[in-house]
Amino acid sequence: MQRPTLLGFNRHRHLKAAGLLVAVATLAYALDRPPVPSYGGTWLGYALGIVAALLVLRQLWLGVRRRHHGGSGNLQDSVSAHVHFGAALVVLATLHSGFHLGWNVHTLAYLLLLAMLASGVYGVFAYLRVPRQMTDNLGEEGFADLLLKIAELDERARAHALYLPDELGAVVMRAVTQTVVGGKVFRQMSGRQPDCPTRAAVRRLHEAGDPLDAAQSAHQRELYSIMLRKESLLIRARRDVAFRARLGFWLYLHAPLAVASVAALVAHIAATLFYR
Amino acid sequence: MSEPVTIAIIGAGPGGLSAAARAAALGVSHVLLEAAPHIANTLRRYPRAKHVMAEPAALPLRSPLSFAAGPRETVLDTWDDELRRCGVKLRVDARVTAIDGTRGAFRIALASGETLTAAFVVLAIGLQGNIRRLGMAGESLPGVQYQLDDPDEYQDETIVVIGAGDAGIENAMALTRHNEVILINRGEAIVECAEGNFNAAMAALEKGELECRHGTVVEAIEAGEADGFPLRVIANTPQGVERIRCHRVIARLGADPPRQLMESFGIAFPNADLDALPRLGAEGESSVPGLFVVGALAGCPLIKQAMNQGQDAIDRILGSPVEPVDEPMLKAKLAGFRHASSVAASLLEIQRALPLFAGLSAAQLRGVLLASTVRAPRAGEVVFQRNDYSTSFYSIVEGDVSAHVPDWETDIQLIAGDFFGEMGLISGRRRSATITAGENCTLIETPRRTMLKLLSVESVRRRIDQVAIRRAIHRYIGLFLEEHELDHLARSARIERYEAGAVLFREGDEADGLYLIRRGSVTVSRMIGGREVVLFYAAAGSYVGEMALVSGKPRYATVRAVGGSEVIVLDAAHVVWLASRHPDMRRQMDERYFDYMQAGEEEHRLATETDAARGQPENLVAFLMQQGIGEATDVLLIDLSLCIRCDNCETACAETHQGSSRLNREAGPTLANIHIPASCRHCEHPHCMKDCPPDAIHRSVGGEVFIDDSCMGCGNCMTNCPYGVIRIAAVNLGYRPPSLWRTLFGSGTASGTPPDGGCMPPKAVKCDMCKQLAAGPACVRACPTGAALRVSPEAFLEYARRKVDDGARPSLAG
Repeated sequence: MQRPTLLGFNRHRHLKAAGLLVAVATLAYALDRPPVPSYGGTWLGYALGIVAALLVLRQLWLGVRRRHHGGSGNLQDSVSAHVHFGAALVVLATLHSGFHLGWNVHTLAYLLLLAMLASGVYGVFAYLRVPRQMTDNLGEEGFADLLLKIAELDERARAHALYLPDELGAVVMRAVTQTVVGGKVFRQMSGRQPDCPTRAAVRRLHEAGDPLDAAQSAHQRELYSIMLRKESLLIRARRDVAFRARLGFWLYLHAPLAVASVAALVAHIAATLFYR
Repeated sequence: MSEPVTIAIIGAGPGGLSAAARAAALGVSHVLLEAAPHIANTLRRYPRAKHVMAEPAALPLRSPLSFAAGPRETVLDTWDDELRRCGVKLRVDARVTAIDGTRGAFRIALASGETLTAAFVVLAIGLQGNIRRLGMAGESLPGVQYQLDDPDEYQDETIVVIGAGDAGIENAMALTRHNEVILINRGEAIVECAEGNFNAAMAALEKGELECRHGTVVEAIEAGEADGFPLRVIANTPQGVERIRCHRVIARLGADPPRQLMESFGIAFPNADLDALPRLGAEGESSVPGLFVVGALAGCPLIKQAMNQGQDAIDRILGSPVEPVDEPMLKAKLAGFRHASSVAASLLEIQRALPLFAGLSAAQLRGVLLASTVRAPRAGEVVFQRNDYSTSFYSIVEGDVSAHVPDWETDIQLIAGDFFGEMGLISGRRRSATITAGENCTLIETPRRTMLKLLSVESVRRRIDQVAIRRAIHRYIGLFLEEHELDHLARSARIERYEAGAVLFREGDEADGLYLIRRGSVTVSRMIGGREVVLFYAAAGSYVGEMALVSGKPRYATVRAVGGSEVIVLDAAHVVWLASRHPDMRRQMDERYFDYMQAGEEEHRLATETDAARGQPENLVAFLMQQGIGEATDVLLIDLSLCIRCDNCETACAETHQGSSRLNREAGPTLANIHIPASCRHCEHPHCMKDCPPDAIHRSVGGEVFIDDSCMGCGNCMTNCPYGVIRIAAVNLGYRPPSLWRTLFGSGTASGTPPDGGCMPPKAVKCDMCKQLAAGPACVRACPTGAALRVSPEAFLEYARRKVDDGARPSLAG
């Protein structure tokens, strides 16, 4: 009862269909002997172009489909088809171009298509890899659990910091108040906070040399273990944020690229029909 | 002395009101006497807005007054209004102190000193006028009370509630909101209350909102200011005498019939018990001719029954024949019945035909039939299919049916007087056979709920058990046995019940028998590497304990009940002897023995390897059992190695269920990349169904447990569900899923915002497995990566085992 993946869904049904499409198109391209060198304007070029344009529309439909839950059918099925036909689309579009590229709107449409594909490939890669990493990272805990534990540690750290000399206490307080999980896109993606105050506090507490009395030393040792614990929690929390960003961010490229490439495609078709 | 009346009705509760309204409607001279300053005194003391129930639902109302379930205020207002309109002669503040005389000439003395005369008396004073008092020093101190009108009246007090029955617990729970409450319970545990109240009390105790002293008897209550507490309750606890300081004592000790008063009227009682009810004739007439008793004192504590009795009493006094209120309904039900002419004759016929119902009283039988349906299927019609999830119970009055099970060579014939459907009733699992009707067949189909109540009748329970044991033995192990061998084995069998976690037998024990599971499920475990590893899970319909019988050695493994379970235990020597005579039976047991040994070895290997490879001490099957998978029929689980955390499952659930999701993806336990989100598991014996006042929770033929529109939002199911998957939520009637336009461009009605239709009062919502959608559960279909799946526990265990075995291999690539 192994679960089928996106790629292997329904015994590779979509892989087979898309593969067949690519094979037929390639064969036709190889056998075609047009009077002029192959390009989008030969009969085969037109045919490939029309099929590719229809495929683009089919790909766009996923955006609607995944938000509609009333009807029948299985979203995994649609997503699997989207992935395979997306890859096939690039082959078809390339054959359609007859490898004629230049500084024009046609090539722009083609390049946008490639960029969209690249983001999609990243997406598939992320969907295949990241979920397991997320589980390995968090285990049975949730993100909220980690934040709660961090908050509890902060509470304890505050109490202990009161007994330390001002300079040392201030380092701890900075760790309590200025440690950040998440932030802007790149910060989220990186899963790090440069100059993390908690990291700094761990290092500072580790350095010996402060003139501390016995009671203060006890607090310092306690604080050191609290900060160490907090740091390891922070690493996991930030990693979780990074994983989620990796699962999500590419869609912010993929969808606008889709819109842009459709716009370029419209321009490409209009130009073709107008200037023929 | 005022003008004589024909009928004097004493007590303006439901029974008295109904009687008076009937008398007024018929134009008979009457008077309705009420001791309190208003009608329906007991109902008026219910907490504000308390839902008044109109049970039994199937019973029609026979009264000039109307009555339907609803908030206390609505019921009272309706009665006030209708009484005014129908011209009832009501006298409030008229406490009756004495009645003497007999039919035709009763003299009724009132507390005011006035005396009335009446030809007949209807006594409808109920029990609540005589609530039990503490009967000890301090019982009448200020601050010691015997009822609670408005719990919000008290704030920041320490209140001792004495009595852990329904009234006591309800009062205590209502008071915990603003006060510190100590509940005093005479017993060792809370037992004398409805399940909903029990669970509420347990939850409050666990959270520390309520304190409880079990096994405690109050000896006295003392007054005297100390540290701001005006009262001290002297309580004898198991630990010794405790003085509990408090502001207030509320004693809810129940009520007794006002015996002394009634005996002074000349009414006789059957025995000396404090709770004995007066001896009444068939028509409700007491030992005093002309004095009729209705309502709780006549053994009918429910409002609707009392109202019906009130009207009937007046009709009988006036000499009109009264047929029982359920007569027309029964007549309609029994219309299809071939031989009988009248309802009474049909009932006799049924009772003669069905030994199962022979021990029931006439009233019980009428009740059962009222809830049942009489069916006359055509010859060849399928009554139910194997693997259906229907739950009703059938008795054959006439004709015959045949039971078909695929692995049987011949079908089994059942004839008039037999019953079927008892396996589903007991196990809560799918039907084990397909039943087809024969010629001229008449069946009585009784709903599960009614049958379960009937099981408390000893004669019914015994008879069903006898037949069920024999059938279970035949069905699961005894296919090869002769009739007399089967009978013999069945006679020597006994039924054992086990609580969740209880041990049926232990590894190394002497083998005492073969255990046939007929309800619930068990785990089979062995000590491997110094700890207990669960090898298998066996559910109702399979058996355990045959390994030791086959090998002749001590028990091979330990068997524990997963949930509450029932087992038929067959005597070991007997089974071994039979197996020696029947090579087929022996072979069947041997095959199972080898299968189990192999599977056990496999499990052993996995358990040790998994530990070594992953350093994970948990036992996966044990973990799953802890999460209640054993009693589920369909679990939603999420493979975390595929889940991209998009929450599309929740969104899809919300959109297909009026905008509120019935599943919480993130909540719930996780092990080895398998996550069990908080979502209904559609248990075999759903905990939620146990205590639903309007009987709104059902199981459909497909197995889905769902809540219908009659839900009134009481929250019992939510408290009863051990998995926390039921919520009380406002249902948005006007909800529409977002349109295509909105999907594409983000404008238009936002999903989940109530449009003009507004929201219904809150109701219980839970997963219904999208039974309205032909394509199946939306959560699973909306998952883009196939991480969400719904499986039965057997398949779940299989899947989970494979996941662990996969180890570190990324499953998406696999």
